[in-house]
Amino acid sequence: MAKIVGGIGTSHVPSIGKAYDMGQQEEPDWKPVFDAYKPVQKWLAELKPDVAIVVYNDHGSSMFFDKYPTFAIGAADSYPIGDEGWGPRPLPDVPGHPEFSWRLAEELVYNEFDMTVCQELSVEHGFLVPMNLCFPHEPTWPVKTVPIAVNVIQHPLPTATRCYKLGQAIRQAVEACEDDLRVVIFGTGGMSHQLNGTRFGHLNTDFDNDFLEKIEADPIALTNLTHQQIMEEAGAEAVELIMWLTMRGALSDDLTRVHRNYYAPMTTGMGLIALEENA
Amino acid sequence: MTAQRDKSKIIPGTTIFDGAESRKGYRINKFAMSFTKPENREAFTADEEAYMEKWDLSDQERLFLRDRDFRGLIEECGGNIYMIMKLGTCTGHGLYHVGAQLRGQTFEEFMATRNASGVR
Ligand SMILES: [Fe+2]
Repeated sequence: MAKIVGGIGTSHVPSIGKAYDMGQQEEPDWKPVFDAYKPVQKWLAELKPDVAIVVYNDHGSSMFFDKYPTFAIGAADSYPIGDEGWGPRPLPDVPGHPEFSWRLAEELVYNEFDMTVCQELSVEHGFLVPMNLCFPHEPTWPVKTVPIAVNVIQHPLPTATRCYKLGQAIRQAVEACEDDLRVVIFGTGGMSHQLNGTRFGHLNTDFDNDFLEKIEADPIALTNLTHQQIMEEAGAEAVELIMWLTMRGALSDDLTRVHRNYYAPMTTGMGLIALEENA
Repeated sequence: MTAQRDKSKIIPGTTIFDGAESRKGYRINKFAMSFTKPENREAFTADEEAYMEKWDLSDQERLFLRDRDFRGLIEECGGNIYMIMKLGTCTGHGLYHVGAQLRGQTFEEFMATRNASGVR
């Protein structure tokens, strides 16, 4: 039986990818970001997951508003590096696990989560920044992946509760799978940030720290947040945080926190939490 | 059903990209999405006017683009920030330049409001 062994909540700020590609990991303002991921890299290297399910959103790379799915699942052999308008990042294509993706899609759809299945999908910063920060990629990535894309950019968005329930359904789907696979799940995006209007650059570190607290101990409280509340308090683009609830919904309550970090240097609260299943 | 948005309660200084914005911004956003192909970026850089001619854009949108007025494209034309950033990057304007415009500040004024401006 396939099994979820851990979950990671992490921001996916695109400038981190650029800083990585420019070799700025040791620069004083960047160092805290990159150092924060070292314990998680070490933990994942020991945990040896076979598959990473990455819950992220496409920011206009492989998906556009002509048809923008609310929930989509990748089911490709591999995912090429997308071009977001400034050329693809120098990373190897990311391996998929199409058989597992289709199994998950079957379980999810029959469990009333009507996923759009994508057999051609390039991946971008929402997916790649977390993967790049948590796993090595030379000469290739050590895990297969299942991208799950959520619409968090064009309202109406799925509710926080719906995202949490999707996570619960993902756990059931994983456990229904016959193959012996060790699975980790990523919830990505946020934390507080706003990229439009005169409130551009809005941060709320109290909100972010409270969210980090509750995502571990009291996720149900977070599912009660409306989009309006999240946007008012933490900025319009902070709604991405509902994707962390999908990660958390896929975990049990018998968890050990491996690591937690927060840093808000510029315009986005950069949060990180890693949770391991005890059983 | 819990209402997810309270449209009577405006969040100051905030534009929420919803159906109305997406309809209004469809042309400019589709144009910007074309910049995910290198050949289109090259064509635009080589001859901006000729490239814009190929697309269904309003006079106002063309004007804002010529003026590098990203605030106008976002706040008045329904531009989505992630799409508009493709136009910004192609014309040498990073996120914090666009952000400063949105706030009505110079780049330097905006950067002075940040904690660690080495992170760009
Ligand atoms: Fe994002």
